Amino acid sequence: MKFNKPILATMALGLSAGAVGADGHMASDMTLVSWGGAYQQSQISAYADPYVANNPGVTVTWDESSAEAVAKLRAMNEAGSITWDVVDVVAADALRLCDEGLALEIDADEVLAAAPDGTSASDDFGDLLVGDCFIPQIVYSTTFGYRTDMVPDGVDAPSNICDVFDLETYPGMRALEKRPINNVEWALLCDGVAKEDVYDVLATEEGQEQALAKLDTIRDSVIWWSAGADTPQLLADGEIFMGSTYNGRLFAAIEEQGQPIGMMWDAQVFDLDGWIIPEGLSDERLARALDFVKFATDTQRLADQAKYISYGPARVSSAPLVGKHATLGIDMAPHMPTDPNNAANTFLYNYEFWADYRDDIDAKFQAWLAQ
Amino acid sequence: MAQTPEGEAFVEFERVQKSYDGETLVVKDLNLRMPKGEFLTMLGPSGSGKTTCLMMLAGFETATHGDIRLDGKSINDIPPHKRGIGMVFQNYALFPHMTIGENLAFPLEVRKMGRSERDEKVKRALDMVEMGAFGNRRPAQLSGGQQQRVALARALVFEPELVLMDEPLGALDKQLREKMQFEITDLAHNLGITTVYVTHDQTEALTMSDRVAVFDDGRIQQLAPPDELYEAPQNSFVAQFIGENNTLSGVVTQINDDKCLVRLDSGEEIDAKPVNVSQVGERTTVSIRPERVETNKERLSDDAHTLKAEVLEFIYMGDIFRTRLRVANSEEFIVKTRNAPDQPRLRPGEQIEIGWLPEDCRALDA
Amino acid sequence: MSDTTGSGPMLAADGTPLKESLGRALRRQKIRALALIAPLLLFVLLTFVIPIVSMLVRSVENQIVSDTLPGTIAALSEWDSTQGNAPSEDVFQNLFFDMFNAAEAKEHTKLGTRLNYENTGLASLFRTSGRSMDDIGEVFQDAIEDTDARFDDGAFWYEMMSGAGGDTLVADRRARWATLTGDSMSGDIGFTPSQEIAALLPMTATAYTDFAIWTAIEDDDVVAEEDPWEAVYVALAVDLRDPSRAAAIAGYNGAGADALQTLTATEMPDLTFADAFADLDEDWVSPDVWETVQVYSPSYTSGYFLNSVDRELTIDGVEARPQNEQLYIKLFGRTLWMSLIITSSCILLGYPVAWLLANLPVRTANVLMILVLLPFWTSLLVRTSAWKVLLQQQGVINELLVWLGFVDDANRLILMNNSTGTIIAMTHILLPFMILPLYSVMKTIPPTYLRAAKSLGATNWTAFWRVYFPQSVPGIGAGSILVFILAIGYYITPEIVGGTDGVFISNRIAYHISRSLNWGLAAALGTILLVLVLALYWVYDQIVGIDNVKLGG
Repeated sequence: MKFNKPILATMALGLSAGAVGADGHMASDMTLVSWGGAYQQSQISAYADPYVANNPGVTVTWDESSAEAVAKLRAMNEAGSITWDVVDVVAADALRLCDEGLALEIDADEVLAAAPDGTSASDDFGDLLVGDCFIPQIVYSTTFGYRTDMVPDGVDAPSNICDVFDLETYPGMRALEKRPINNVEWALLCDGVAKEDVYDVLATEEGQEQALAKLDTIRDSVIWWSAGADTPQLLADGEIFMGSTYNGRLFAAIEEQGQPIGMMWDAQVFDLDGWIIPEGLSDERLARALDFVKFATDTQRLADQAKYISYGPARVSSAPLVGKHATLGIDMAPHMPTDPNNAANTFLYNYEFWADYRDDIDAKFQAWLAQ
Repeated sequence: MAQTPEGEAFVEFERVQKSYDGETLVVKDLNLRMPKGEFLTMLGPSGSGKTTCLMMLAGFETATHGDIRLDGKSINDIPPHKRGIGMVFQNYALFPHMTIGENLAFPLEVRKMGRSERDEKVKRALDMVEMGAFGNRRPAQLSGGQQQRVALARALVFEPELVLMDEPLGALDKQLREKMQFEITDLAHNLGITTVYVTHDQTEALTMSDRVAVFDDGRIQQLAPPDELYEAPQNSFVAQFIGENNTLSGVVTQINDDKCLVRLDSGEEIDAKPVNVSQVGERTTVSIRPERVETNKERLSDDAHTLKAEVLEFIYMGDIFRTRLRVANSEEFIVKTRNAPDQPRLRPGEQIEIGWLPEDCRALDA
Repeated sequence: MSDTTGSGPMLAADGTPLKESLGRALRRQKIRALALIAPLLLFVLLTFVIPIVSMLVRSVENQIVSDTLPGTIAALSEWDSTQGNAPSEDVFQNLFFDMFNAAEAKEHTKLGTRLNYENTGLASLFRTSGRSMDDIGEVFQDAIEDTDARFDDGAFWYEMMSGAGGDTLVADRRARWATLTGDSMSGDIGFTPSQEIAALLPMTATAYTDFAIWTAIEDDDVVAEEDPWEAVYVALAVDLRDPSRAAAIAGYNGAGADALQTLTATEMPDLTFADAFADLDEDWVSPDVWETVQVYSPSYTSGYFLNSVDRELTIDGVEARPQNEQLYIKLFGRTLWMSLIITSSCILLGYPVAWLLANLPVRTANVLMILVLLPFWTSLLVRTSAWKVLLQQQGVINELLVWLGFVDDANRLILMNNSTGTIIAMTHILLPFMILPLYSVMKTIPPTYLRAAKSLGATNWTAFWRVYFPQSVPGIGAGSILVFILAIGYYITPEIVGGTDGVFISNRIAYHISRSLNWGLAAALGTILLVLVLALYWVYDQIVGIDNVKLGG
């Protein structure tokens, strides 16, 4: 199935004419796919509930399959029946889906709302519009949390990414994600490679070996996680001293559950999460999906999501609107990964690099793990 | 209560009781003495305690109370595998994963017998039951009768002095069963083995045994050679259980040493032999075997009491005639007569008179 | 029924030969029986056979390369990789037209992803280059439009290219698009190329037909109203490069003849495709990239299977992968070994339980049976997570051992995130699959066998070992096959508690299915796993005998 240009044209026309509501052109059912848990809840509160309030008669069904979205979309495509309308994926998956022809290509300025001050969507999202299909939603980061009560006496709390590799000063178990992405970058950073050279070095065999050799130094003290909930759990159980995970998970463990955990923002890796619309929807469903996405990614909606979860809105224009946590009442801005105090030393996930090198480095990483 | 041959007892039960649940006794006060070489059958309906007795003897059940002795030694605390008792099970229990030869070799093997001696004995045992050619077959490849023989051979191959058989012929058809009955008794007598045989089939018990112990309600009701058991049942249970039997109930009106007069409930009076009645006025059940009833009045002594009877049914059975009569209010009174040239063939509705020798009519407990 | 008349065949009552009559009756019976089981047969076919066949096909199929770059592959067959040079201009010219169409259909990125499995970097090479095909084309488009402005007009092009007799060309190109996209591409396109122009300007006619088909069918536009793609201009320029064409064009007098004649007199940009691609990315002139394309050009490849056994397909044949990428053989070995250990522990733990179940009074046995089945009623994830709570270093088991003083607080046992964790958790999870067949087999072993053995003089142990155990072997066999085959395919539990040395080959298969999307490799790994299981099944049959396996009765 190929995307039809005239349909997009008709749609754009419909949107610019302000046609909203369950009129004859739009399907009244919509299946949204997300990650489940607190994150999905924040989307329900910030996007879906207001959308349904504005569009009575629209039924929203949620599917918690984002982790397998790429494979499932491919399978649906092969079976010739797409049952999802809007899918929440990380940018790397969006890029992959776009490459596979499974996601709809999007013209940001045509499909997405402009900022309240008139800034076009493409300028408002800026660099975060990764690839041709991705509609950014939030900036999250992968960073470290540590048990404050396990910091040895007379030593400062860890604050530098290389403290993760320093078993002498900070003895104890670490948790790292069971994949090369992020880990090899941190390893190289702490093995003397300059930040701007990291990906050039990683593109070489020697660089990859160097990264794995660095990881080898802490290998016996690492528990490898594969689900985002693992590290907060391991920290809470006292199984590990420090571990990497998504900043929103750490926020929940620290602020909502009051665990003795500290945040280490150094060398946090920014990543993006957002929507894609599957290729091959019927005209009615596509119209509904576009209408929802336009609403859900406008400046106010993105800012609203930050009330529920500590991920940064993807629009520049949303940042000033970020307020207090919906239930805790604390100011959310300082907990955003994008907050200047936190973002002193950051990395942006290099999508192009990992799209090429993911399989290759992953093979080496897994072989290394299996040794 | 049961008469026991005097002298050395090979198997002995003394005041043995058995209870499974601590509330009811399955075996009540069992006393039994068996001489060496005897073929004794435990006969009784299911649930009468006969199998439990056998299992206690084999060692698979322990007696709740009392003593079981084998060759003078108490075996209460000896585990089954050390008792050296051969056993044939109801469904033969031939080990399905072993060949016939291996099945037979098994008891010798566990006795650590040398290979050549073992093979020799297995061969001899198989030949003994005419199964010499089947040593390499598996049990499933044999017919029921063949399996039965193998089971017998296996129980005998290690030359036990006592063999127990738990309804071993139950699964065979009638013809084969009769054939095996002879083979087993022959074998047992030829080898001089002491055998305890359990069955609920009275014909089997009567044809095979030296003595039969009739079980009911956890007790031995009578222990006697087959002919005695049939001819002289000690109580009405045994009389009923063994063979066909006519019963009439009444009250003893006169009694002397070997003869008594019983007035039946219908008012008629008959002669009987007092077995377990002792005084006038006692209620009794009199028992007469169908073949001991005389329908020809001329053959009876003059002073014999007779009863009026009406023929209800006449069945021609080849060698015998079987006649059902109404006698003294009972409609189930059976008479068997030999098919002889002078024997009349009665017709339903015919009125006749019947009688018997007083010693054939036994006055038993009510 | 029938009479046997002399030597003739037996006849049925109606006079037909008896054999025939019988055959017909039997056939009818068979058909009726087949009709009864047809739904089930269909179900089995749909849910078991088809997925397995599709997996087998997927593990070798590789049409994507030749479907996406047909011209390039054909031209590339001339190229000799041992020379260490980039391929000829002809290859790049074909690459341009192939890539242009692929980019229009958005198929080039799929090919890039496919080839990236074999040669890192090709994904972005194809992705970025696909976007730039227009840029290469514009060089020629500008030159042609500068020469004669009419070439800027879609209607002019349409008139020039239209005519009669070009139906074969349309059918050919339609088939080409269909192969590339997988769609049927049927429907009226409102355009027939002229036979004359197709002979005069073959490349141009082909490119314009490609454009016309796509425009009419995929974009739903009217061909005459649309400006042709850049590729059409490029094709025209390439056609005109041939000096022999000038004379033919001079003699042409159809639509647009004068414009074409003007063009023949004009100098076209002197751009080689090789240079153009080299400008886009130096990698295009690297023999390394072309070796990969050549090695993976056949429609079917053994590449996935070779990858599955730590080999790779190179231009020089099959080679071992670099040491630091070898993984799968080790994982296969580990999977089999650990599945064996898990199966053995299931036998050790399950046998006594099954024995108890089979020999306890019914009421007690039922309670025990519920305990055995209880794990079935909780989700796998919950059970595995429960093991996490038990096994971790601050977990229940370690706490208990420390509290009892068996283990020093500083040296707590590492029971999870390694193979121990996988073995413990999976033994627990798979235990019922061992107990149930064992139980149902033991249930059929009458207690008289044990009694018989004891009456024959065997001790308890001998009676068990020589008489009872051999009869329960079919249950052990059935349970072991179940547990082993289930264990071999497990991945959730190893993923959660297995750490690094407790993961199975299935974890990699799952990874390639859901994360890397390398379904070909996943299919090859799955096929090997299937073959391994079948092979083990065969070995089992040879050693123990498959008729010696009982699930019950």
